[in-house]
Amino acid sequence: MITFAKSSPLMFIGGVIVTCVTLLALLAPWIAPFDPSEINVKVILLPPSWEHWCGTDTLGRDVFSRMLYGARVSLAVGFVAVGISLLIGLVLGAVAGYSGGRVDAMMMRLTDMVLCFPTFFLILAVIAFLEPSIWNIMIVIGLTSWMGVTRLVRAEFLSLRNREFVMAAQGLGVSSIRMMWRYLLPNAMGPVLVSAVLGIAGAVLVESGLSFLGLGVQPPDASWGNILTEGKDNIQIAWWLSMFPGLAILITVLGYNLLGEGLRDYFDPKLKQ
Amino acid sequence: MIPLLFGITIISFGMMHLAPGEPVVVGQEFNPKVSAQDIERLRAYYGLDKPLHEQYLNWLNRLVVLDFGKSFSADGRDVIDKISERIPVTLWINILAMLLIIVIAIPIGIISAVKRDSWLDKCMTIFVFIGFAIPSFWLGLLMMISLGVNMNLLPISGLHDYNWQQMGFWEQQADLMSHLLLPIFVSAIGGLAGMSRFMRSGMLEVISSDYITTARAMGVPEKSIRYRLALKNALLPIITLLGLSIPGLIGGSVIVEQLFSLPGMGLLFFEAVMSRDYPLVMGITVIGAVLTLLGNLIADISYAWADPRIRHGRNG
Repeated sequence: MITFAKSSPLMFIGGVIVTCVTLLALLAPWIAPFDPSEINVKVILLPPSWEHWCGTDTLGRDVFSRMLYGARVSLAVGFVAVGISLLIGLVLGAVAGYSGGRVDAMMMRLTDMVLCFPTFFLILAVIAFLEPSIWNIMIVIGLTSWMGVTRLVRAEFLSLRNREFVMAAQGLGVSSIRMMWRYLLPNAMGPVLVSAVLGIAGAVLVESGLSFLGLGVQPPDASWGNILTEGKDNIQIAWWLSMFPGLAILITVLGYNLLGEGLRDYFDPKLKQ
Repeated sequence: MIPLLFGITIISFGMMHLAPGEPVVVGQEFNPKVSAQDIERLRAYYGLDKPLHEQYLNWLNRLVVLDFGKSFSADGRDVIDKISERIPVTLWINILAMLLIIVIAIPIGIISAVKRDSWLDKCMTIFVFIGFAIPSFWLGLLMMISLGVNMNLLPISGLHDYNWQQMGFWEQQADLMSHLLLPIFVSAIGGLAGMSRFMRSGMLEVISSDYITTARAMGVPEKSIRYRLALKNALLPIITLLGLSIPGLIGGSVIVEQLFSLPGMGLLFFEAVMSRDYPLVMGITVIGAVLTLLGNLIADISYAWADPRIRHGRNG
């Protein structure tokens, strides 16, 4: 453990943060001192104290408990959105890289096209038109963030395609699908994993941005973003409403970024120098 | 370029029209004064009763002559007018943010690479990771409350002070600048972190390459190795990265402009989305994408111009 922490401190710190946040989210119902949606008019907008660690909000709800439940929402959005973008990116990238030629050129044009869009505009428009439920948010973030994975997988497949072991497998009559799945994909997995971990961080940030604009997860469900929105409206009188959820987002995103960077060094020691 | 533009219009159009809910129906479902005939009339007025491909071709035809149609909102003004009066604010903030990124991130990256593993490098690495992870609107909020409200140093919203009309020319510029300072910094923070990280690793890569080792072996002084040989090569990829960061900056302007109540394209887009103003939303999306394309084109051209290997042509 100690040698691991010394040999790759980034991955270690990132891993610890990610594990802690995930545990807190999973164990929310047992850790949370209060019911996150319990309204109590006697304790409106109290500053942090021993009883309410992160203070209370405008409806007297305990901010710490809400943040624990909000962690579930933020992480779920991150995981599912990245899952969707991985699925699309893997399939498109694999097909483009493996077939090459015209198919590849066309798919890469498509990717370039979507990359030109300010994706936040796309996300905002679609969410506003569909209605901002948690599922829509996951799907839309996933649908607008597959381009990086596609390019990565394609590049890996292109370079793997002409290697000897692939030719050998082809000579033995392995089908295309089995070839991609069984022989090429495992070899491309490192960079994909890195971009997935970084993608989770990105999705958490996008969700919080959407919530901030009032288009994220809707109240009464808690999310870090929508606690922050309430914080913005009361910024003159209740600093804790904007301070703690912001810190939570910062630390979580930081954790995933560190883990991603650590994994990158691990898969590609050349970069570390 | 042209097929790319064509594709952009298809995505913008498709995105708007495949989403359920129609602008003429929204908000009217429970209004007893609006009859079915009224809705039909409105749909015909806006051309929404025609089949989708026909609507698209009509829209595209007008797009070619920069006619984005009329806004659905009550004022019914031309979309192009609404957008063009908002573009300068967004453009200025983003251009200045980009300048700030270049001016700060490049030296940070160089210093970190040259003094690798020093405490300076470590501090900068920490700054970079935090800059990456910090939600920009949260940073904006914190700066608003500390610099704006508590210390009363900077204005926190809008573009001008209330007595802007009475100021002299230079006072007006100073006032404008003080209003833009926070938004520019908040827009720049993500790019700042990314760019300095990129610059650092680029510089490290170049410094460890063979020709630098050769130059060192031949006794070229360390200073000119760093700043004459290595720097030039490490700077090249930055150009591409700048081009790639444009969509993020434009997208981010929604949040920054909303936070600081700046009348720019991002805020206009947000308002348009909330009121389902189709022509305006489509117009801004297309213009945003075109701006990105232009930015990438400029980046490509400057890359070709800056890199002698491309400038002189490998084949001839």
